[in-house]
Amino acid sequence: MSGTITVNRETMEWRPGMTVADILEERRYTFKMLVIRVNGTLIKKDRWPDAAVPEGADVQVLHLMSGG
Amino acid sequence: MNDDMFARNVPGMTERLQGAVVAVAGCGGLGSNAAVALARAGVGTLILADYDTVEPSNLNRQFFFRGDLGRTKTRALAAHLRNINPDISLHLYQVRLTPDQVDPLLGRADLLIEAFDRAEEKQWLIETWCTLFPEKPVIAASGLAGVGGTGALRVQQSGALYICGDGVSDPETEGLCSARVALTANMQANIALALLCGKQHI
Repeated sequence: MSGTITVNRETMEWRPGMTVADILEERRYTFKMLVIRVNGTLIKKDRWPDAAVPEGADVQVLHLMSGG
Repeated sequence: MNDDMFARNVPGMTERLQGAVVAVAGCGGLGSNAAVALARAGVGTLILADYDTVEPSNLNRQFFFRGDLGRTKTRALAAHLRNINPDISLHLYQVRLTPDQVDPLLGRADLLIEAFDRAEEKQWLIETWCTLFPEKPVIAASGLAGVGGTGALRVQQSGALYICGDGVSDPETEGLCSARVALTANMQANIALALLCGKQHI
């Protein structure tokens, strides 16, 4: 039996070894520029492929659009 | 001069802001307008960073004037800010910021206003700041293109990271216009002022 994580306040199934990149792929986020925080800690883009997400984690995915 | 300038400020605010240091990364539509709001409110020290010069296409939304054309944005903006408050302390960096410059140039600020134009640059700046200073606020903007959609502008908070804007509007297709850019810049400034004054509701 696997647990869950929360991604932008929605519950999602968790599995052992799950990475930030796995979550983005499963959620099919199409925005190019994202800021990811796992349990409040920012995970830099170059770490997404191997940053493990623990069971029960609170993941926030924030979109960045150009313009200023 | 300042004795009269802040007569209408929120009670107790002026004294707190005089000792505050705010970094503004980018002095375009967001940064120039946010800096003006911060200076008018009485923030004592601003660190301004931008590599660019003022062009005609900036005048539809950025706090510059015809006479600024061709001047560097940091110097032009500094002149306007000193024209509002001669006592403001300004640190100007005429550079295209890179991640390794964030700590030495901006690190002494109490908080950062992210005011870049391109999403790629917003991303590395937010990542760098949040990694260097997890507790220090960074107030960013995302989704401020077009006109209308006033009620769609909002604040997303995640720890010490605040993102103002609608999160989706795209300048490539919708353009960038005075009011919505300045609204978002002033949302950023308003959050900064609230945090610096220790207000619970940003």
